[in-house]
Amino acid sequence: MDWLFLAEVSLAGLGAGALYALTGVAFVLIYKATRVVNLAIGEILMLGGYAFFGFAAGAGLPVWAAIPLTILVGALAGAVIERALIRPMLGESPISVFMVTVGLGSILVGLVELGFGADPLRLPEFLPNDPIFLGEAYLAPKVAYGFAAASVLIAIALAALRFSRAGVALRATAGDQGAAYSVGIDVGRVFSLAWVAACATAAGAGIVVGAIGGISPTMGVFGLSVLVVVIVGGLDSVAGALVGGLLIGLIEALAGAFLGGEFKLLATFGLLVLILMVRPYGLFGTHEIERL
Amino acid sequence: MAEASAPLLAVEGLSLAFGGVRALSDVSFGVAEGSITAVIGPNGAGKTSLFNAVSGFYRPGAGRIRFAGEDITGERPPARAKRGLARTFQNIALFRGMTVLDNIKLGRHAHLKTGVLDALVYWGRARREEMELRAEVEERIIDFLEIQHIRHAPVSALPYGLQKRVELARALAMRPRLLMLDEPVAGMNREETEDMARFILDVKEEWGVTILMVEHDMGMVMDISDHVVVLNFGQVIARGQPHEVQRDPAVIGAYLGSGDLAQRARNAEAA
Repeated sequence: MDWLFLAEVSLAGLGAGALYALTGVAFVLIYKATRVVNLAIGEILMLGGYAFFGFAAGAGLPVWAAIPLTILVGALAGAVIERALIRPMLGESPISVFMVTVGLGSILVGLVELGFGADPLRLPEFLPNDPIFLGEAYLAPKVAYGFAAASVLIAIALAALRFSRAGVALRATAGDQGAAYSVGIDVGRVFSLAWVAACATAAGAGIVVGAIGGISPTMGVFGLSVLVVVIVGGLDSVAGALVGGLLIGLIEALAGAFLGGEFKLLATFGLLVLILMVRPYGLFGTHEIERL
Repeated sequence: MAEASAPLLAVEGLSLAFGGVRALSDVSFGVAEGSITAVIGPNGAGKTSLFNAVSGFYRPGAGRIRFAGEDITGERPPARAKRGLARTFQNIALFRGMTVLDNIKLGRHAHLKTGVLDALVYWGRARREEMELRAEVEERIIDFLEIQHIRHAPVSALPYGLQKRVELARALAMRPRLLMLDEPVAGMNREETEDMARFILDVKEEWGVTILMVEHDMGMVMDISDHVVVLNFGQVIARGQPHEVQRDPAVIGAYLGSGDLAQRARNAEAA
C-alpha cells in the first residue's frame, strides 16, 4: 500500500467533498424551512458558474467584483424562483412541487445553452497555481482553495443559522410552522429567505466547481451527487450535509483511484442503498420526514 | 376608539366555509377584558375553526374581528401577535430540536426590532436594559410555571403535560393582552388538569391577561370560567355564566342529543 498516494487521494476527495457539503447545506436550508425537495440545486450551481463567466470573461470585470455579483445573481434567482414557481405551489402535494423543480432544472439548462452554447467553457484563471504540500502529500492548489472557500462559506452559513435573527426564525419555522406563525414570525418571508440564501450559496459553490473543472450546461449533474449526500446525511440536517459531503467526496475519490473511474458512481450509490437500508432517515435526519 | 366597557375582543357575525361545509355561521360574542371566556361545544362544532379565524390562520368569509376596538379581520398572524394576541395549539406546537428556554425566548420574537437602523439607534444602555427586562420576564415565567428543572432540556424529550406547560410559557413570553388556549388540559390526568387550571387562573389574576379558551373538560370550564359560549354546528346556541349555560336546554340537547337522552338527563338531575 502506498500511503502517500492514499493520503493524496484522500485529500483530493475531502476537497471535492467540501463542495458537496456546501451545496448540500444549500439543499438542506430549503428543505428544512419549506419541505421542498429542490432537484434544481445542481442547475442553480451551474447558473452561478455561467454568471461568473459572464461577469469575469464576458464583461471583463475583475474577480473581486465578479464574485459578489455572481452571488447576487444567485440570490435574485432564488427570490424569483420562490416567488414565481414555488409559492403558488403552496399546499400542493410534495410530488408536484418536486416535479416543478425538475422542470426548473431543464429550463435553466436550456436558458444557459441559449445564452452561452452547449460546449464546455473554462473560467478565467483566478486562483494561485503554486503547488501545495501537506507534509509530503501533494494537493492540487485549486482543490485546496476550493476547500478553504467552501469551509469559510459553510462557517458563515452555520453562524448565521445559529445566531442571526433570520437564522433563528428559519430554525423555528423548521421546528413548527404553525407555532412560528403564532409567535409573530413571517413564515412567507422565511421561505423567501431560505431560497435566497440557498441559491446564493449554490451560485458561490458554482464559481469554485467551475474554477476546478470548467463549466458546461451539464455540470448540473453535480446535483446528483449532492442528492446522495443529503439523503445519506438526512434531508433536514445541516450536520448531516457536512458529514455526508465529506464522506461521499472521499468515497468517490478512493473508488476512482483504486477501482477505476467507472466505479465512482457504483461506490456512492452502493453506500446510499446501504445507508437507506440501515437508517432510512439518513445518518442525522429527523424521523418524521415525509417520504416521497 | 375603545370605550371602557367595550370588550377586548369582539367577534361580529363571523362566517367561515370550507367548500360547501359551513364551519361557522354568523358567530358573534365578546371577550371582556380581564375575564376567562370559554368556548365549548361537541366535536365538530367549529371551536377550533373559530380559534383559527381569531388568530388569523383562517380568513373568514364574512364578519369582523375587533381587538381593543380596532378591526383586525384582514391581518395576518404575525401582525396580530404584535398587537398582543398569543395562542397555544390543540396538538402541541413547539419548536422541535430546541431547548425549553429557546422555545420561550422565541416568544419575544414579535416584539424584537428589525432593521439595521433600529439596531444603531437602539444600541447602548436602553437596549441593554430592554434585554435585561426581557430576561427578567422569562425568569418570572419559568418560576411561575415551575419548569426551572427542565429549562435546558430539549422539548421533544419532555412528557406531554410539561410540553403543554412550555407552550403556555412561550405564549406568556409574548406578553399578550389576550391569551388563547386551545384545549389546555386535553389528554391530561386529574392532577395535571388541576395544576393547569391553577396556572390559568393565576395568569388572569397575577398577570392581568385576558383568556379565551376552548376546552372539553366541563368540570374545569365550569370551575374557572367567567363566561361561556356554546357552539353547535357552527352557531352560537347559548352564552352566559357557567351555571346559566349548564341549565340551558339547547346546550343539554346538543351534548346529549334531544329527546330521550335529554329527558333522561333531566330526570337524573331531578333525582
